[in-house]
Amino acid sequence: MGEIYTVAIIGSGPAGLSAAARAAALGLSHVLLEKTDHLSDTIYKYQKGKHVMATPSNLVLRSDIDFEAGKREVILGLWDEQIEGHKVNVKYMAEAKAIRGTGDAIPGSVQQLVTRARDGTKSVREIQRHAPPYAIELTKGEVVMAENVILAIGTQGNPNRMRCPGADLPHIQYQLDDPAEYVDEHIVIVGTGDAGIENARGLAEDPAQRNTVSILNRGTEFPTAKDANVKALMADHEAGKLMIRTESETKSIEPGFITLTTRDGEIRIPCDRIIARIGSAPPRAFVEECGIEFTSEDRGAFPRLSPVFESTAPGIFVIGALAGYPLIKHCMNQGHDVIEFINGNTDLKPADEPIIAAKFADLPGNRSTEEWLEFLRGNVSILNGMNPLQMREFMLDSEAKFFSAGEVIFERNAPGSSLFGIASGSVAVEVNPADPSVTIPIEAGSIFGEVGLISGRRRGATIRAAEDTIVVEISRLAALKLQSQVPSAKAAIQRISIERQLLQMFGSGLTREDVAPLVEAAKVEEKRAGEVVVTEGADDKDVFIIRRGSMIVEKQVGDRPVFLSYLPAGSYFGEMAVIDGSTRTATVKAAIKSEVIRLPGEGFLDLLARNPALRERAMADMAGRRATNAFIEGQKDSFSSVVDMYSQTAQFLVDNGIGEATDVLLIDEKLCIGCDNCEKACADSHDGLSRLDREAGKTYAHLHVPTSCRHCEHPHCMADCPPNAIKRGPDGEVFIDETCIGCGNCQRNCPYGVIRMDAKPPKKPSLLQWMLFGSGPGPGEASYSWRKKAAEKEGTAKAKLAIKCDMCSGIDGGPACVRACPTGAAIRVAPDKFLTFTKLTEDVE
Amino acid sequence: MATSAKGPANTRFRQDEKRRDSDHVSFLKHRGFRWLWIALALSAASIAGYVLIDQEPRPNGGTWYGYTLGTIGLGLILWLSLLGVRKRRINPGAWSLKAWTSAHVYLGLSLIVVGTLHTGFQIGWNVHTLAYVLMLLVIATGIYGVIVYATLPASLSANRKEMTRAQMLDALTAIDRQLESAAQPLGRAEADLVIAALGQDVFHGGAWGRLTGSYPRCATTRALNGMGGHSDETARVAALLAKRREQLAQIRGALRIRALLEVWLFIHIPLTIALIAALAAHVISVFYYW
Repeated sequence: MGEIYTVAIIGSGPAGLSAAARAAALGLSHVLLEKTDHLSDTIYKYQKGKHVMATPSNLVLRSDIDFEAGKREVILGLWDEQIEGHKVNVKYMAEAKAIRGTGDAIPGSVQQLVTRARDGTKSVREIQRHAPPYAIELTKGEVVMAENVILAIGTQGNPNRMRCPGADLPHIQYQLDDPAEYVDEHIVIVGTGDAGIENARGLAEDPAQRNTVSILNRGTEFPTAKDANVKALMADHEAGKLMIRTESETKSIEPGFITLTTRDGEIRIPCDRIIARIGSAPPRAFVEECGIEFTSEDRGAFPRLSPVFESTAPGIFVIGALAGYPLIKHCMNQGHDVIEFINGNTDLKPADEPIIAAKFADLPGNRSTEEWLEFLRGNVSILNGMNPLQMREFMLDSEAKFFSAGEVIFERNAPGSSLFGIASGSVAVEVNPADPSVTIPIEAGSIFGEVGLISGRRRGATIRAAEDTIVVEISRLAALKLQSQVPSAKAAIQRISIERQLLQMFGSGLTREDVAPLVEAAKVEEKRAGEVVVTEGADDKDVFIIRRGSMIVEKQVGDRPVFLSYLPAGSYFGEMAVIDGSTRTATVKAAIKSEVIRLPGEGFLDLLARNPALRERAMADMAGRRATNAFIEGQKDSFSSVVDMYSQTAQFLVDNGIGEATDVLLIDEKLCIGCDNCEKACADSHDGLSRLDREAGKTYAHLHVPTSCRHCEHPHCMADCPPNAIKRGPDGEVFIDETCIGCGNCQRNCPYGVIRMDAKPPKKPSLLQWMLFGSGPGPGEASYSWRKKAAEKEGTAKAKLAIKCDMCSGIDGGPACVRACPTGAAIRVAPDKFLTFTKLTEDVE
Repeated sequence: MATSAKGPANTRFRQDEKRRDSDHVSFLKHRGFRWLWIALALSAASIAGYVLIDQEPRPNGGTWYGYTLGTIGLGLILWLSLLGVRKRRINPGAWSLKAWTSAHVYLGLSLIVVGTLHTGFQIGWNVHTLAYVLMLLVIATGIYGVIVYATLPASLSANRKEMTRAQMLDALTAIDRQLESAAQPLGRAEADLVIAALGQDVFHGGAWGRLTGSYPRCATTRALNGMGGHSDETARVAALLAKRREQLAQIRGALRIRALLEVWLFIHIPLTIALIAALAAHVISVFYYW
């Protein structure tokens, strides 16, 4: 077995490298295990010449290895050199398979391993943890022993492997570097995502390679691939370049042949090479097997760690992306720090200390950073469950603010998705927009702003500080992280939000005591897009509030469903059947993925019975809805085609993502002359690159939804942005700030394809120069070739960054696309205002 | 985030809400025909002035009222011609090009009244009448423009069938690739027809073809007509040729409608430049021979 190292570092990404270099510098006995034959595989796999960014710029780098923004090759070269220089003990081709303690069993330290099957059932297995030293078993069978283990394996995981008989044969590969390498081969591609399709097309591209390429598809559709890729693949299939085998699965593999199960039985075809692109497994299972607990069952959860990055398995430390820090600088600092901690340097202040200290600098009270963190943690009830390390990390994405008595904290209708916690003082909510003197107090320890966080919609009321108040403003990201890390915080936020939603819904006059039984009985339910919540004709009696997302109301008229109305988050429905005891008069279904609060009908009736004013208001609302429905049904009798048109247009818009939009560009093709002035104005307003594609996108009844940002209530693009560069601006626009690192996650996450990756082109000659002397490319986006040439002339290669619509934020007059339309074809609308009968049947000509 | 969103943000919010709430009308209907009414008022006022004001010795560009109308007309023409600049320079300033187009159309039409009254109905073979005729021609082409803008976009959209121009060309390329391999087994004569079809420029046919949509020399149609024989191979090629013809028809349809939407600008704009030149001559000569 040999030497027992003081520390074994698994993974040679930025975090692992930095840790190894520190260990080497301190003279600790160490080993760096890397599963490939080169360092830093994730960055190694970036495309050639990719510009790697170094954000956040205000964070100092604390590492024995240098790093600054630059080309992939330069960075990798520098690291190779410095690792060599530090005499780091690197072991290549060493993939860890399992880590287990070889010491005594630790009393009471048992890891619960929960595995969920596809059908939703769970099974629990228990593992007894053992003390260090740890035995790290490698896939090649070798075992490495170490007192401490640092896991720095990132979140990429390993590619899913084939599982049929023969799956371990050497001609199966999980990656394709250069399609031109293979000639005269029978190649089978397994997996019909974008990677599989691109590989298949690449191998079949040049007929001179004489490859026989087939791609296996379990079903007949390609649900996980981009539309353009699928079309291209189909075209190649039709042209006979490659073959798509639908409804086929691998049964077994042998050298030279593959056996497939197909709809028409088994077939055996020649096969010299198999390329499997069937996704990758997140490393969570492996990590859990090591005895490391995660904070929750949530897919996005991170390992539970101590302030010194130690996991629940003593002596195993987790740093880097796996610990929840995707940025290179953070990772490198942690690598440095964790070795210092292991080496006994417990006084080390984290590198982010100055950043956090600055957040408290303007607050009255003269406390130290630690005291402030403790002050917030102790006083704001939802933060009580956090540990100091979590508090620190939490504070990086949050702000502490002081407001003197009477100062406005936020205004009604301002956009904002942050959550506020009151650390001291109290605030007053102006519940009646017409009369600011009517307020409801919220006391210290509680939270506010949760509606904006959950629904993604604008602030519902103006909130002022009632006295001198210190609040912590928790960004959307930090709030989401908090909820996944601290279950009690999640429950508290949910409870408060339901209560507030009820109070807000039914107007003032109700008290918390009034709605308490209803809050108790309320249930939050998630609804898929298209899922029916209430069915016309049914006699169930619950009332619903839309918590996030939106719903559409439909009614069967004759043989077709007719679209009645669109309900945004914050609306309620289902009250009619409860109040008058009738069956459901219409069907309500989710326009997009949504959450509803289900309130039992009897509880709702009780509340009405006790509050006559509320009852009156509910009756009035109900009469209004009835009138709308009756109007559309009445129209249906006399103007059937108009109603059909309205109904189908509304459905079309919902299908194209308008249901989750806050501000979306539509083009009325009865007016559009195709001049592309919208695109030109867009490019000229934003660094010379257009953020919209007028022609692309779907059209129904001359209403066209171009490829352009919808500024979603819950932006998909925000989901996985390493530097957290995507934000919602003061006018409700979703924009990308200058900290973008160009990783392309947002582009992949956007279901509407509105984000492009491109380098900012050099400045064009002015309009006058173009008009008089014809110099430069003229108005609008310059051609790719012009941009390339001009950039070469300028000599500074710029990084490709994510670019998207920012609703012309900061530009006088608002969105240039709309202003630049000569005929009025381009409009930007919000769904709650546009998905109405009047708007959709308006005569625009 | 929230705290920065005080007063000004709410103003922009109100602006945005107004935008999101309204303004889904064409340039002709813009703001309840605001510019139509202004143009009508201008025309009515000009006519009233012409009838009521006693011009000595007779209504003429040289009376004080004639000068007034001329100045208004010249000012309008120069301002209207600035639309070309406005269209290409949307920032800075809170302009709406739709409002400008609306004003351009109606005020341009009102020039018929203002300009005609300015002449005092004195027409002759001189630079003054040249300017007047040029102005009427510019307006006439403009009227054509308004008509096509109001009628053709719907057919442009219908012809597109959700395809972008690039996708239309891609679709054609895909068909061509299939044709090329499908045509391999054909006989010499038929293969030549396919080769000719594939070799013909997609954009062949010139300006006339574009405007009329008539392509008598279309090699694809010719190849389709020339596909004799009843073998499987010829049937497959014929089917592909029919597909190609359909795809070409879509591309040509798009080209035709675009051409009809744009062709008038090739007259309207040069004539405007000529008009401004003629106006310069007109104004200078008038002052020179005062």
